[in-house]
Amino acid sequence: MESRNVIEIDNLNLFYGDFQALEDINIEIERNKVTALIGPSGCGKSTFLRTLNRMNDLIENTIVKGDVILDGVDIYKEINLLDLRKRVGMVFQKPNPFPMSIYENVAYGPKAHGVKNKAILDKIVEENLKKAALWDEVKNRLDKSAMGLSGGQQQRLCIARALAVEPEIILMDEPTASLDPIATLKIEELINELKKKYSIIIVTHSMQQAGRISDKTAFFLMGEIIEYSDTTKLFSNPQKKKTEDYITGRFG
Amino acid sequence: MIKLLLRNSKEKIIYGLIISSALITMGILFWIFIFIVMNGMPHLNLQFIFSNYSGEETGIFPMIINTLMVIGITIIIAVPIGISTAIYLVEYAKNGRVVNVIRFSVELLAGIPSIIYGLFGMVFFVTILNFNWSILSGTLTLSIMILPTIIRTTEEALISVPKEYREGSLSLGASKIRTIMKVVLPSAQSGILTGIILGMGRISGETAAIYLTAGMVPRIARGILESGRTLSVHMYLLAKEGISFEEAYATATILLLLTLILNIMAKILSRNQES
Repeated sequence: MESRNVIEIDNLNLFYGDFQALEDINIEIERNKVTALIGPSGCGKSTFLRTLNRMNDLIENTIVKGDVILDGVDIYKEINLLDLRKRVGMVFQKPNPFPMSIYENVAYGPKAHGVKNKAILDKIVEENLKKAALWDEVKNRLDKSAMGLSGGQQQRLCIARALAVEPEIILMDEPTASLDPIATLKIEELINELKKKYSIIIVTHSMQQAGRISDKTAFFLMGEIIEYSDTTKLFSNPQKKKTEDYITGRFG
Repeated sequence: MIKLLLRNSKEKIIYGLIISSALITMGILFWIFIFIVMNGMPHLNLQFIFSNYSGEETGIFPMIINTLMVIGITIIIAVPIGISTAIYLVEYAKNGRVVNVIRFSVELLAGIPSIIYGLFGMVFFVTILNFNWSILSGTLTLSIMILPTIIRTTEEALISVPKEYREGSLSLGASKIRTIMKVVLPSAQSGILTGIILGMGRISGETAAIYLTAGMVPRIARGILESGRTLSVHMYLLAKEGISFEEAYATATILLLLTLILNIMAKILSRNQES
């Protein structure tokens, strides 16, 4: 049986050189739920997100201490980096489709993991564009450049691209920050649909968004998790003074 | 009021100076161009372009072929090394002493006068390695000479690739090398091509370095170990030996045409990259 938690984090500390960006993080992320990370700019929520697929490895002088356990496996000690990133997908703040065709964007990941058969790739592309609610809009121009899509379409393409490598977890780093309200709504509907199959962790600046789409919410401040609970509970009945101050707009 | 007038006239004077500098620069360029073409055209005909340079014949066909051969082989040698170096510097090297040394060497290489490359090539490739005066010695020397151009333009092209592309690829579990080959290099393609074409321009105009290493036999080189005279060397000899200034001008016209074509190609490519 799969356990209830997909990720368990024990005493995570992260340093950029001398600067401590995350301090004693302990958190359990539940499977097939949407977990929102909120907090003011620079509070460490994006840094935390990027420890989960080890994107912080790209930054020089980053030191990670503590255990990040994904399905019982320590991702910093016991897993191949490329396998980890296949299992933990990511969608970025600014839509970042590659400057290639729509088809090639979605097929990129599967190809990187060794899928060569054209018929299988065709199927993967179609399936994942459908999952990302983009298929109907692009099915007649799969060979056209992805750069010609609107911002919202590009972001859904990036979601399809992430889904195409069959991740278990999807990390989203403010995925709607650069989108208009209608495109944002579409992405939010999509997240609601996706959580049936995937565990989603989303960083957001918007508390309304966290309230609308997430099951659990963690409030970050100065590199620490101040409070973590069910979203409805955190917003209606915060246990900590700092959380209350933040969600009532007294700072941040 | 007077102050305002003064300021206005000062601005006008500076404006005038700037405009006239620009006009003078352009004027000189056009003058050179027209002067050479005017003097070269009367002697330029198909026979001049397509015949050999021996006995009665004074054609430049062998030189054209040698020039193209030198450009081609130099590019084949220099481009892989240059691009790999740039990839190392931008994608792999952490900022530190090694990178600084490499960057400094590249700048140094760029600043060395070409005659020094020629001298080095003559001593090292021609004599020590015993390649003699040959296309091989010449192209090896020129490869070293254009490396800085290739490395720098490739570096700039790689740096201008958004880091979001790299992150996007890595986050899908693609390896670093795959990310570079499939995403970064294709995005930097036109910038790199522009650098290659600029390098080709430099090769086609180079005289000192190639004269000392590839020799001046006015026949089509039948192998890379044979000597072969290029257009620029030919022009130099025609003018210096006082053989024929008409032929020198006509050769110069062809060389100008070649450079012009290369530059226009570079322009078109860099414009493509911007859009």
